[in-house]
Amino acid sequence: MAYSDKVVDHFQNPRNVGSFGTSTDVAKRTDVGVGIVGAPECGDVMQLHIKVNEQGVIEDAKFKCFGCGSAIASSSLATEWLKGKSVDEALTIKNTQIVEELSLPPVKIHCSVLAEDSIRAAIADYRKKNGIVADSATHAATH
Amino acid sequence: MAPKLPIYFDHAATTRCDPRVVEAMLPYFSEKFGNSSSRNHKFGWESEDGVEHAREQAAALIGANPKEIIFTSGATESNNLAIKGAAEMYAKAPAGQTGRGHIISAVHEHKAVLDPCKRLQREGFDVTFLEPGTDGVITADMVAAALRPDTILVTIMWANNEIGVINEIPQIGKLCHDKEIVFHTDATQWVGKMPTDVERDHIDLLSWSSHKIYGPKGAGALFVRRRKPRIRLEAIIDGGGHERGMRSGTLNVTGIVGFGKACELCQHEMEHERERLVKFRRKLETELSKRIEVTQVNGHPEKRLPHLTNISFGFVEGESLMMGVKDIACSSGSACTSASLEPSYVLKSLGVGDELAHSSLRLSLGRWTTEEEVDYAIEQIVAAVQHLRLMSPLFDLHKEGIDISKIQWQAH
Repeated sequence: MAYSDKVVDHFQNPRNVGSFGTSTDVAKRTDVGVGIVGAPECGDVMQLHIKVNEQGVIEDAKFKCFGCGSAIASSSLATEWLKGKSVDEALTIKNTQIVEELSLPPVKIHCSVLAEDSIRAAIADYRKKNGIVADSATHAATH
Repeated sequence: MAPKLPIYFDHAATTRCDPRVVEAMLPYFSEKFGNSSSRNHKFGWESEDGVEHAREQAAALIGANPKEIIFTSGATESNNLAIKGAAEMYAKAPAGQTGRGHIISAVHEHKAVLDPCKRLQREGFDVTFLEPGTDGVITADMVAAALRPDTILVTIMWANNEIGVINEIPQIGKLCHDKEIVFHTDATQWVGKMPTDVERDHIDLLSWSSHKIYGPKGAGALFVRRRKPRIRLEAIIDGGGHERGMRSGTLNVTGIVGFGKACELCQHEMEHERERLVKFRRKLETELSKRIEVTQVNGHPEKRLPHLTNISFGFVEGESLMMGVKDIACSSGSACTSASLEPSYVLKSLGVGDELAHSSLRLSLGRWTTEEEVDYAIEQIVAAVQHLRLMSPLFDLHKEGIDISKIQWQAH
């Protein structure tokens, strides 16, 4: 199975690799939301850090990923899309958009699902730290 | 000097045909095209001569008599014929009943052994699948402990295709001969690489394949012992009664001629090749373990094939690692490289954790592997692991001193 050019590009030149501190550091920061999804025994773990400003806009995003090339590309792409979006806008990102952008084959759809899950997890963490209660619409979309 | 890219390090999957093999085959595509069963004209005789010469070459490689060689389409067919053929012939009860006899195999055999065994399970036979220890070796003691009064067949591979670990085949053969139990070994990864003597090693049935030993695809053989004891098999392909009635069908003369030549070449070059490849394999293992922390060579440290190594690199996933080493053609035990989403069942059977099983590469060397290729591969693997670890959240946790096996992950 050949990878799409976009997957190869994100794999070779991943955007926004990194974090806003160690797991202990970011746990204390209220401006940072942390999402870690997946499990090592499943072969993929995605870690997403978002930095949110006082206006509720995602100023910066960083990822780390243990997983196949498509998983790395999905999380790299997610960080690109997140930057500059408000938290509410970020929640509209769907895994199907990632599938389309990266031309992922059916066997790799779970990689895009994981990326969407990591966005939701990071936002949930940010809201929890700041005592923000999600409205019912976004709440229903989480799973 | 930079080697020619990409580098082929997947010789356990298949090998390039040796040019001398191709040369031997060529006349049998054109002027010597006869059916080796045509007994009444020159075309048939020429083909028959080619086949019989190949039979001698194949027999010589394993210390057998040419009459004990049955040509097949490859090791999968040989395994099926050996296992199903022996089970049906030595069954203790007729088809349709249960309690037809007991068979011993192992959990980390190739699918071409496991699946015939599982079919026999559904057809009234009992099968014990032995579990190896963490070194991957199946010992004669393990087989002895599993024997039952109704055991009719033991089938244990000589060397494992994913990890290259060598089982105690001569000892298991001796045990089976003492107990008068039929013994089959899938020797696909062994024959042609290591000295084989079916007499000394007490083998009754032995499968091997042409394309793993620099011959063409679509050819292989089953050794079927003719004396002390004489092994009989129920055919699974019926027809014109070719190959002593055990495998009907017009013989693949060109393939068989190439297979024979490949056997002859292996017999002459095996010893020199083995010394060279062991040196390269050790270099790969030593350098990679030295330069990359949390690296594990899977399987027994010594009892291994000369040309194959399976290494896990912690905190990086196998498929992305293969993507990172795009100039090296190799395999991984990662789930992502297979149709199923399970990581390698072979590595799991050794107790290699799922996470390290996802992180494995199988590198297998061959006749034309050069030291330059080995050196290049080491550099590229080191660079790829470093690239991926910079991205790996698991490597961060490891550096923070957190044991990732203790974390409650949200599996999906």
